[in-house]
Amino acid sequence: MSISDPEPDNLPLSQEPPDVEATVRGHKRLERNITLLAIATFVTVAIGGLVEIAPLFWIDNTIEQVEGMRPYTPLEQAGRDIYIREGCYACHSQMIRPFRDEVERYGHYSLAAESMYDHPFQWGSKRTGPDLARVGGRYSDEWHVQHLTDPQSVVPQSVMPQYGFLGETTLDIADAGAMLTALRRVGVPYSDRDIARADEDLIVQANPEAGDAADLLARYPKAQIRDFDGDPARVTEMDALLAYLQMLGTLVDLDSAAAQEELAQEKGR
Amino acid sequence: MSVYETLRHFADSHALIAMFGVFAILCAWPFRPGARAHNRTAAHSIFKDENDGE
Amino acid sequence: MQAEAALGRAILWFAILLMSIIVAATAADHGFAVQAGIVALVALVLMMMSATRFDPVGRARGFFRMPEGASRYDDDVIRWGVIATMFWGIVGFLVGVFIAAQLAFPQLNFEPYLNFGRVRPLHTSAVIFAFGGNALIATSFYVVQRTCRAQLAFPALARFVFWGYQMFIVLAASGYLLGITQSKEYAEPEWYVDIWLTIVWIAYGAVFIGTLVRRHEPHIYVANWFYLAFIVTIAMLHVVNNLAVPVSFMGSRSYSAFAGVQDALTQWWYGHNAVGFFLTAGFLAMMYYFVPKQAERPVYSYRLSIIHFWSLIFLYIWAGPHHLHYTALPDWAQTLGMVFSVMLWMPSWGGMINGLMTLNGAWDKVRTDPIIRMMVMALAFYGMSTFEGPMLSIKSVNSLSHYTDWTIGHVHSGALGWNGMITFACVYYLVPRLWRRERMFSLRMINWHFWLATVGIVFYAASMWVAGITQGLMWREYGADGYLVNNFVDTVAALHPMYVMRAFGGLLYLSGGAIMAWNVWMTMAGRLRDEKPMRDAAYDPAADRPLPAEPAE
Repeated sequence: MSISDPEPDNLPLSQEPPDVEATVRGHKRLERNITLLAIATFVTVAIGGLVEIAPLFWIDNTIEQVEGMRPYTPLEQAGRDIYIREGCYACHSQMIRPFRDEVERYGHYSLAAESMYDHPFQWGSKRTGPDLARVGGRYSDEWHVQHLTDPQSVVPQSVMPQYGFLGETTLDIADAGAMLTALRRVGVPYSDRDIARADEDLIVQANPEAGDAADLLARYPKAQIRDFDGDPARVTEMDALLAYLQMLGTLVDLDSAAAQEELAQEKGR
Repeated sequence: MSVYETLRHFADSHALIAMFGVFAILCAWPFRPGARAHNRTAAHSIFKDENDGE
Repeated sequence: MQAEAALGRAILWFAILLMSIIVAATAADHGFAVQAGIVALVALVLMMMSATRFDPVGRARGFFRMPEGASRYDDDVIRWGVIATMFWGIVGFLVGVFIAAQLAFPQLNFEPYLNFGRVRPLHTSAVIFAFGGNALIATSFYVVQRTCRAQLAFPALARFVFWGYQMFIVLAASGYLLGITQSKEYAEPEWYVDIWLTIVWIAYGAVFIGTLVRRHEPHIYVANWFYLAFIVTIAMLHVVNNLAVPVSFMGSRSYSAFAGVQDALTQWWYGHNAVGFFLTAGFLAMMYYFVPKQAERPVYSYRLSIIHFWSLIFLYIWAGPHHLHYTALPDWAQTLGMVFSVMLWMPSWGGMINGLMTLNGAWDKVRTDPIIRMMVMALAFYGMSTFEGPMLSIKSVNSLSHYTDWTIGHVHSGALGWNGMITFACVYYLVPRLWRRERMFSLRMINWHFWLATVGIVFYAASMWVAGITQGLMWREYGADGYLVNNFVDTVAALHPMYVMRAFGGLLYLSGGAIMAWNVWMTMAGRLRDEKPMRDAAYDPAADRPLPAEPAE
């Protein structure tokens, strides 16, 4: 289909004098050739993304190396999926900016490494509620259960919706191994053993009597292993969400991270 | 010098000038004298038909 | 022959029905099963209709009083697009008012399906992709045919694009309420809905580009460039940002291919350019065709529109990192994002000036023609929000505004003011022409719509500015003792009156939309309202003479 040079009888409406026709080239050709226009448009819009995004994947100072980061346990990951399912990110950020007030309110500012296993990231864009990047360990399990079930009973002026149904819903993960396998495919370093034991790990973290909790802790350092929701009989969605919330921001030893970061600064970050 | 720094220097100097140059040329392009009649025709092209098929 | 075709269709629907029943039965999670059930239901209804050779689309065409008979252009799918735009617009505004009320009165949350976190993406997707997307598809099909003087290429594919896009909306929207989401803002649909949209989008590109190829006009009018950039860029953004690995092909959950910093920048590269190419480039295409047509004069400067196009699409794509100021994203990327955002102010205002100056010599129409007035207001809001945007992207301003309602106010002055108003104007332009009516049912109702919408936006934007700045300042307020003054919840409580005002503004905007729906419905029915002509100011022909037009071309 030649469209840049159509037959003259297809152009009953062209009113340009021939001399203009003869002299004007360049952009006019672009304006008349749909293929050229589409390609030029694509190249123009691709440049910005390439220059900004591509380097993040291979320059070495995007993410500082810090001690303590590990992939999520199956229960934490299940809780994270519930956090995503309920749209918590619409009102809660997980990204503390390096300002005095934020650091005093929420804790040490967030490091890139702390979300290196987050598929997808949960930095958020709006704080209708407070930042949750370091909420882990700040409140008791009982407080969280009460607050999630009826936020206004704990914080009267809160505008948060109620999530009581989480405590009444049994956690339904058809295949925790498949969950971890999918994450391994996108780059999270789960071992074969992690995947083989995923279903058991999922239960054991909320019910230490049910299996080998020491083995879980050895593979996932600092994992918090206990019944979270006050209902030891079963593992609920509340257990999973609390396992996630209670570990947020607890993995990295910030003193050593700060030292590491200073080092990174000197390298010309 | 690391790859990052090399690229950074390039981006801050030659690439910046080249990009600005291309941009300036492209901005000036529609204003060349030969384009006047052509642009007028294009702008009026949406009024050429009496009947828009309604 | 007809019977054979009907049988073929019925068999196709039966196959889809069978497949979705199998998927529903073996699904790994509840939500995925429900979604498969929705597909099965649609297939069942269509199968039964094909089998009884009952023509649902033809029947509905009668219901909406669509004109019959031959036409120079293929407008059927555009009529459907206008109806869908109206329908999803009302749905989107209604859901918006609902979630605005939830933030003021949290008792309005009904767990689990109607909690704020699940309904909010329903609102954003309904207004951006359902209302805006249908407006873009309908107007692009309208404009590309007129400016090319050619019928739509691949008419069957064009119908697939329209109905396939509605299917995408239904699957995405029902998915949010079921808790199916990727959590990437404005890209929440999960992997299988993303794949479906990709197929629909490729078909859309094929119809649009195919029509351009068939054109009987040497020049490709500038509106089509903007539509083309919108289609091409959205395809690129959608595919890259939604790269993910599903946990199971029988389940809804997937994990993003990227993590942490990289994921954040990819998402906001997408997110900002969803604004830049969906809500800006596409709607600018509408402006470049419908404003000159309604004003009956060519665009102020065609040269400026060329510069506008290239500089806008080149600069916009860089601006994404301004959503990530002071985060763990490397500084150089943040700075690049800020610099390009500030530069973006220039082409944006170039476009606004080009649109407004098109009315040079026709400014009197602002008084008598409420459609022109809507266009002018849309351009004014476009100018305002494209000034506010670069300002908010400056790091020191952003340190205050980020995470607050200021951002929400900014988005809505763009969405309600620019996208909403220009879409309303285009619908008012299109309906009488597509239904071959003399004019809209009532011009005065358009005027009412204009004022309700404008006042609604003022309530909305003003309350969100106050809310955002209030909260930003309260978060960082220190007492004389050197401690933070406010608990977080103090800042939430302080916003309550502003949240009520915002919901009220939204209600006004929704009622404007309801008036519009009535007006459009009556126009389709072929009624003309008996009313006084529009002229609300004293008119003096000697003083109000337009200046001689001298377009700079």
